[in-house]
Amino acid sequence: MSGTFHLPTAAVTAGLMLLVLGVVWLLRRGRRKGFISEVDKATYSTLHTASKASAHLADGLTAEGAERAARHLLAILGAEALAVCDGSGILAWHGAGESHRREAFGHAAQVRDTGRTAVISTITCADPNCPLRAAVSAPVVSEGLVVGTITAYTTDPSPGLARATEEVAGWVSTQVALAELARTRTRAMEAELRALRAQISPHFIYNSLAAIASFVRTDPDRARELLLDFADFTRYALRTGGAFTTLAEELRNVERYLVLEQARFGDRLAIALLVAPEVLPVQVPYLAVQPLVENAVRHGLADKVGTGHVTITAVDRGAYAEIAIEDDGAGADPEQIRRILDGAHSRDSVGLGNVDARLRQVYGDDFGLVVETAPGAGTKVTFRIPKFAPAAHAPTGSRS
Amino acid sequence: MNSLLSAVSVAVVCLITLLVGGLGLRLSRATSDFYVAGRTVSPRLNASAIGGEYLSAASFLGVAGLIYDRGVDMLWLPVGYTVGYLVLLVVVAAPMRRSGAYTLPDFAEARLGSRRIRLASSVLVVGIGWLYLIPQFHGASLTLTLVTGAPDWLGGLIVMVVIGLAVGAGGMRSITFVQAVQYWLKLTALAIPAFVLLAIWFRQGAPAPVTTTAWASPFAAGGVDSHPLYWTWSTLIALCLGTMGLPHVLVRFYTNPDGIGARRTTVTVIALLGFFYLLPPVYAVLGRGYLPTLPASVRSDSIVLQLPATVLPGLAGQILTAMLAGGAFAAFLSTASGLAMSVTGVLDQELLRPGLARATGGDASEIGGFRVSAVLAVIIPYLLSRVTAPLGLATTVGLAFTVAAATFAPLLMLGVWWRGLSRWGAAAGLATGAGGAIGAMALSIVGGPYDGWLGALLSAPAMWCVPLAALVTVVVSVATPGSIPSGTARIMVRLHTPERVALARSRLRD
Repeated sequence: MSGTFHLPTAAVTAGLMLLVLGVVWLLRRGRRKGFISEVDKATYSTLHTASKASAHLADGLTAEGAERAARHLLAILGAEALAVCDGSGILAWHGAGESHRREAFGHAAQVRDTGRTAVISTITCADPNCPLRAAVSAPVVSEGLVVGTITAYTTDPSPGLARATEEVAGWVSTQVALAELARTRTRAMEAELRALRAQISPHFIYNSLAAIASFVRTDPDRARELLLDFADFTRYALRTGGAFTTLAEELRNVERYLVLEQARFGDRLAIALLVAPEVLPVQVPYLAVQPLVENAVRHGLADKVGTGHVTITAVDRGAYAEIAIEDDGAGADPEQIRRILDGAHSRDSVGLGNVDARLRQVYGDDFGLVVETAPGAGTKVTFRIPKFAPAAHAPTGSRS
Repeated sequence: MNSLLSAVSVAVVCLITLLVGGLGLRLSRATSDFYVAGRTVSPRLNASAIGGEYLSAASFLGVAGLIYDRGVDMLWLPVGYTVGYLVLLVVVAAPMRRSGAYTLPDFAEARLGSRRIRLASSVLVVGIGWLYLIPQFHGASLTLTLVTGAPDWLGGLIVMVVIGLAVGAGGMRSITFVQAVQYWLKLTALAIPAFVLLAIWFRQGAPAPVTTTAWASPFAAGGVDSHPLYWTWSTLIALCLGTMGLPHVLVRFYTNPDGIGARRTTVTVIALLGFFYLLPPVYAVLGRGYLPTLPASVRSDSIVLQLPATVLPGLAGQILTAMLAGGAFAAFLSTASGLAMSVTGVLDQELLRPGLARATGGDASEIGGFRVSAVLAVIIPYLLSRVTAPLGLATTVGLAFTVAAATFAPLLMLGVWWRGLSRWGAAAGLATGAGGAIGAMALSIVGGPYDGWLGALLSAPAMWCVPLAALVTVVVSVATPGSIPSGTARIMVRLHTPERVALARSRLRD
């Protein structure tokens, strides 16, 4: 019998284990709930209800959020019904007497005009059993303006309800202010991203046009091709699309850039591009590669006799794409690069700090640039892009 | 002599796989005319790569073995393997491509915004991957033992080491071209011997195969199972719906430049697979003619490998056998490497790295973690393949398909097409599907074999498991509308808007 599997024994053992687990769970649960006074319990439950409501008010006063929050606010106030209005109409109604929903906006008119809490005792109803006889309405204020109202309906209004409604309206005001703050922060981040974005170097524009000019007489066809490349390049670099693009698009633009640079440098610039086709559809921040290539070309050829080599590789690393830009130029002092990446301004390597900041902002601090360099030993800049990043999506198809 | 030829061909296939995996990118061109558009992977190449990765030991050896053993009902297996791609094409290919998710856990997170469901999906991906790897090791052991007389454990070990090295060195999955070549290699290795054997068969006056009525008539009682019709339907459902839940299949679709490319790829894959699956029945029928009974110790999975030597004694037969053995090893290596790569990625990213980071305070090296994952990804299924009795290659692969169909198929289909899917619903569906499929499997392996309906329901659980998981998902989702992710509408627009349509949203943002 040893070594074989005895089904009934196993079933009984498993059942016993489950039973023990269940008992332990029940015991621990009971212990957690004990020894709390009634007052504490009321406080906790109110705080808990408020925190539930605040989650729905995270976007400010919206119809959807107000609809969900109204239930919890009503529970705090203990009235018969609750109406939430904004400046233009009713957002949510919760509780008895749904037929009064249409009138709620009118009830709050006085509060909107004066900005003070008001008691409305003129509610008439054809239904003798309707519990709504009076209401207390309080303003929701944001930045000194009445942006909405909270109206609590009840059978018989008390000063306590008036006070409570005012306090709840005040609390909602705070939530709305927080939502406004969050929106402002998002806007600030977007503005920062836009500011970090395209920075075409003026030198490049000047040099490209000069190089094209030199071909206009000797080789008009090539000059025309170059002008078209230049037009495409500037359209891409100055476009008003989203913050992301595919690696294929980005590399296509790098290619245009390199064609223009080669028009200027001719045989002095040798370029190798090794791209695994698997990573081409990966989403990358817009203009993440081109500034690095521009740096490599500039430093790879500066003070150099003979040909400068620039190698661009993109490899598939499972969950990541790894992109590297390497030149065999003068290199740089690692200390200086560190200062640039730390945010010190340098006219020499505008792109490096910019790209690094944007990568970190989008993907987190693990995904900044890695620079390997030493004076006289060339430079290699590497970075990784996670193939899947919930925060980062290109607006597909926008090619304007 | 025979064993020498076969050993050489196996060694050559292994060596090529290692070399290409190790050298990797260096094979690709380094020129200055690097126009990017010309370098995107064409749907045709990508389809060949998918075929190369998809056609595993089960297809190369197992299908022929099952048809030989159990009869014409088994002809539905290749149909199911192929139709799975049709379902994938119609239901999820393009939306998945647009979702931006690279793996099944990615999709779960993108669609439901929940780390826990992501974790559950990761565990399932690893489980399905391991389940699928086991028959590859079994197949390798069987092939090597049969053609060279090597000990039983050696074949699986060779595949494990080669795959572990290739994946640990940086991964050969990235090389679409290599997998594409593998497809044509497998097709050639299976087709040439098939045509030679067919020619000989005709010249010998086309002797009729030796069969029984149960073998030759569809759904005959006493054939496969006590309920052959149920078994066939259930297996078909598992294969049709399981394809979309296999971890190594989905990854390939992101190599396509857009959703249209993804659809075109799928159509080509169906054609390539359909052509390939014409061949295993040829071996099965010829096997019935030339080898009506197998010795008790030899499994029917080996019928493909035994046939050439029986029909064509001498050097010619040995060459054909060596060819088949090489092709079989190509099948094990290509499928196993794709699977091992997927499993390694998930293990590393979801399960191992967070643990390592916690244990060492963030000091663990990334490469180290990846290599540990690669070793785990291959060594665990190898050990499992040593302790489990071989069930038959196609049967074990069928189990992996069943688990995939019962878990990921409802999640993907409802996730792509139903905006009411809630987090709780998805979690409950995954748990039900996994519990049902794995539970039934474990019961029938541990306690079985059972007779009658119980046996049929447990041995082919997809028929009840998949609808049950879908039903639970829907019911729980309807019951918990509060846990429907708030961004659902936005994600749905993303999933279903063709790439060419410039959404107004994307312009408003600036």
